[in-house]
Amino acid sequence: MMVYGLRSYLSSTVGKKFVMGVTGLIWAGFVFLHMLGNLLIFAGPEVYNSYAHQLTSSGLIYVAEFILLGALLTHVILAIQLTLSNRAARGSQPYACTARGSKSVLLSSRTMMFHGSMLLVFLITHLMGFKFGNYYETTVNGVVMRDLHRLVVEVFSQPLAVLWYLVALVLLGVHLSHGVGSIFQSLGLKTLSNEALIKSLSWTYAIVVTLGFLSQPIYVFLMMR
Amino acid sequence: MHQEERLMSLTLKVWRQKSPKDQGHFETYTVEKVSEHASFLEMLDQLNEQLIREKKDPIAFDHDCREGICGSCGFMINGEAHGPLKRTTVCQLHMRHFKDGETLTIEPWRAQPFTVLKDLMVDRTAFDRIIQAGGYISVDTGSAPDGNAIPIAKPKADWAFDNATCIGCGACVASCKNASAMLFLAAKVNHLVSLPQGQVEREQRVMRMVAQHDDEGFGACTSTGACEAACPKGIRLVAIAQLNRELLRAQFCYQEGSKEEGI
Repeated sequence: MMVYGLRSYLSSTVGKKFVMGVTGLIWAGFVFLHMLGNLLIFAGPEVYNSYAHQLTSSGLIYVAEFILLGALLTHVILAIQLTLSNRAARGSQPYACTARGSKSVLLSSRTMMFHGSMLLVFLITHLMGFKFGNYYETTVNGVVMRDLHRLVVEVFSQPLAVLWYLVALVLLGVHLSHGVGSIFQSLGLKTLSNEALIKSLSWTYAIVVTLGFLSQPIYVFLMMR
Repeated sequence: MHQEERLMSLTLKVWRQKSPKDQGHFETYTVEKVSEHASFLEMLDQLNEQLIREKKDPIAFDHDCREGICGSCGFMINGEAHGPLKRTTVCQLHMRHFKDGETLTIEPWRAQPFTVLKDLMVDRTAFDRIIQAGGYISVDTGSAPDGNAIPIAKPKADWAFDNATCIGCGACVASCKNASAMLFLAAKVNHLVSLPQGQVEREQRVMRMVAQHDDEGFGACTSTGACEAACPKGIRLVAIAQLNRELLRAQFCYQEGSKEEGI
């Protein structure tokens, strides 16, 4: 028995984690770009709407959406598979105690399935609220386009929506803080010399993405309502 | 300077299980007059003598060298593999690290591939089978070479040695929420792959050992780092990244029927 060949590799524990890493990388990269785009809210409605219009009117958006959807489905299905087999490996008899002292680990690293599931729920509500949400139109420089800015202000004027985004985005940060570092581990890119760097990169990335995203609902709620 | 030896009394909640098929349960014992200089196993010896005197079945636990190098001993103390002290096996863990009157919960390693044989003893032959799958060098590497005859860079030699220190105790599996044996597996693969003698069977070794690891029913790594924290030999979590790299590399570099097969 050997883990050799694509099928064998992809069905091994190591191969599955590799795929988790690649699909995680795609989404980690996406959320960063998405966050940068969101920051255009500070540049005013015209810029914000034009950016969204340009992004969605290019044919490349379908390629990007296809890749993202594929990566997401793979990530989710594999996560479920891995969680089930990992639980089976743990066995039926649980420990009476869990480590509390020097041998305990960060809760965030143990609860990836939990925040991952929450993020999936969030993603669905998010797409329903924005991508498939109310459609307003506006004209910028003679071009008719979707008035996404108006929708953003509408949604983030509601305290409950802001609260939900706050919770979800913090969970995204928690997920990223462990996930980004794990990408390097699973893809075999971590070494003794870059280990510390990857750890700080992982946390920095998580914090930057979370704060960047949070700035929009908070700004809209406080300043534009 | 003579210091008075501190004696302590402890309450132990110990997992008792007669056989693999037995349900198992916790039983509570009190041990009095335990010397702070006693090792954890010596404290259990003391309890066992007490149990024998009371015509009760002593607690079964694995042990051999009692100097932290054989990998025989190990169980969970309050949910921590080998107890609270880092880079220490239970045989080298001394009672001075505990408080007088403390209650300690003692459980065997728990994982699907590690069947509890009796009390705190578990079957770790799954590890042996992983080694049998490829954790060796089968080609003739000649007799022991002269020192420095084969130049190996210091960091590489250090890394090989760091990984070679794995004693296969199973603490990594026991503390992993997924019961993954990746840290053990990585240590064994990295040790051999870092040295020239290990190059010949480099690809088939990792491919076979990972396959065996999965066949035994161990879980996948989610890099929580629980194994690294529990490892009495301080094997690094980053060792698993090297294992991942090795398995990926093997997919491209392995040539069937080559000299690696010994043909």
